[in-house]
Amino acid sequence: MIKRVYLVGNPNVGKSVVFSRLTGVEVIASNYPGTTVEFTKGYLNLEAQKLEVIDLPGIYSLEPTSKAEEVAVKLLNELPKDESIIINILDATNLERNLFLTLQLIEEGFCVVICLNMCDDAKHRGIDIDIKKLEALLGVPVISTCAVTGLGIKTLIERLKEAKPLALSEKLTHQKRWQKIGEIVESVQHLSHRHHTLRETLEDLSVRPLSGFFISSIIIYLSFKLVRFLGEGLIGKVFDPFFFKIYKVFLVNLSSALGQRGFLHHILIGELIKGEIDFRESLGLLTTAPYVEFAMVLPYVLAFYLVLGILEDIGFLPRFALLLDNLLHRLGLHGYAIIPVLLGFGCNVPGILATRILESKRERFITSTLISIGIPCVALQAMIFGVLGRFGGFYVSGVYLVLFSLWLILGLILNAFLKGYSPELLIEIPPYRFPPLSVILKKLYIRIKGFLFEALPVVFLGVLFVNILLYFGGFDFFTGLFSGLVKGLFGLPKEAVIALAVGFLRKDVAVGMLVPLNLTVKQLFISVCLLAISFPCIATFIVLWKELGFKGVLKATLIMLLVAIVTGVLLNLSLP
Amino acid sequence: MKRLSLVDLKEKQRAKVVEILGGVGLKQRLLSLGIYPGRELTKISGFALRGPVTIKVGRTTLALGYGMAQKILVEII
Repeated sequence: MIKRVYLVGNPNVGKSVVFSRLTGVEVIASNYPGTTVEFTKGYLNLEAQKLEVIDLPGIYSLEPTSKAEEVAVKLLNELPKDESIIINILDATNLERNLFLTLQLIEEGFCVVICLNMCDDAKHRGIDIDIKKLEALLGVPVISTCAVTGLGIKTLIERLKEAKPLALSEKLTHQKRWQKIGEIVESVQHLSHRHHTLRETLEDLSVRPLSGFFISSIIIYLSFKLVRFLGEGLIGKVFDPFFFKIYKVFLVNLSSALGQRGFLHHILIGELIKGEIDFRESLGLLTTAPYVEFAMVLPYVLAFYLVLGILEDIGFLPRFALLLDNLLHRLGLHGYAIIPVLLGFGCNVPGILATRILESKRERFITSTLISIGIPCVALQAMIFGVLGRFGGFYVSGVYLVLFSLWLILGLILNAFLKGYSPELLIEIPPYRFPPLSVILKKLYIRIKGFLFEALPVVFLGVLFVNILLYFGGFDFFTGLFSGLVKGLFGLPKEAVIALAVGFLRKDVAVGMLVPLNLTVKQLFISVCLLAISFPCIATFIVLWKELGFKGVLKATLIMLLVAIVTGVLLNLSLP
Repeated sequence: MKRLSLVDLKEKQRAKVVEILGGVGLKQRLLSLGIYPGRELTKISGFALRGPVTIKVGRTTLALGYGMAQKILVEII
């Protein structure tokens, strides 16, 4: 009796896209090996039977090399073979390499159905595969699909029931297996000769040192510009007009109705600044909380994830990793560690999860620690722009400069003092692909939905909680306790203690709370740096714990506190 | 026939893998990606200052760290 369907295949063949097509579950898919680092489950209805479908991280063979691969292989080794179907997904543009895993799976006696994906791309590249012949040679059903458009998925589902284990006499040695693959490919694949396309020329140029550096610089520069442009555009043209022209009218009425004072007014509207509602400084549940999240942070989150999504889907990230391999080696990492770091710029949580694509525990510790200390998430960055931006770009760049220096210094130190060595880079560089806009927008939608679901409850409950404590003076004891410390070490007023503590909940709100304190630029700069470096927000902290274990997270936290204090003191002493 | 490592191979040169130095783990990893003695490949580029090397094996473009590339010995064909 079949109960479960597993999606297995090499990294970056489109397993997650097939998964979405089969189950309707929304998952993030990109064009680089290692997008999926966890299992994702969904359901598929097959002739009135509900099958569980599981999307696994990509593997090249049944011998794992990274943490993500390890979990996938472990699961395959343990699953009951008579209850499971394996949909082995292959990239039709790279049949030869993909068949290695396929043969291993068949030899192991799994019920395999082959989904030959990216058939459209193969056709473009002049690759013609004889499906019938491949089916005959392998002895299992082969269905050609194009998962991005949905072509062939229906046939794939219909033919699932044809899957059955083959009675194979022997397991091949690896060399023999490659030999067999060579013969299969020879007889089923027909290549038509064509001229190098523009795309292939670009693919080649981007992995050469000089041209690659040039192309990457342009792409990174344009990405920054685009994020700024879109972020500011959304704030100026959409969100600010809505808040100031429409929403504020409602709030002014509410404020009068509440009599402009009292407990409820304090909680909902906050303090009136010069007799008026000030979205940045009032700190109310209906004023500053939604303004910070929707008009200051969300526009940048939208812009960032749109641009990141495009970069991911085109296949730019592994090429960028190649260029940074040298630099990252000095920090005990290799080039591919840049992918978790880049994801960390969106939100530290997926960034730290993505460290599973790295091979060793040591690399995962270094990368996770560096992400949680030196990489500000997009929400925090949006607030840095929003709050420090009015004092000029100098201060904003200053924060990045401080963080980047820390990142390098800390990386060098960790690399020098941690036991072990860093493994070498070994990655597949995917071809450039140009997915339809709908695919990119779909991914953006998934991420924005995720952001809102996770951020909003914390923001509103956090502001509510802080407001109640402020009203009843609940912070006085707490601020009193630490006031000497923050004043002496960092030159900050005692009220800043509250903002720094709130940073543990959410960084964006914490920066927002600094605004009404009327800090000097220097104080503001130091507080923002401290917030960026010190405790990661609670969500990141939990993931760190999960990924590094108790000892690991303790170590990372101590490093973090030390770095924060040292940096704060140094900045306080050195800045005019 | 002269043997040299991937590092010393020039750009766009085609070569055949003759030996992989290094442990079982490395051999296993390379093998699952289709790099094994007898296999033909083309070098695409090499980055300066002991940077990574990129090669094309079949239809796969791979990037390998410098140290790893040193361990793959090839013959020019």
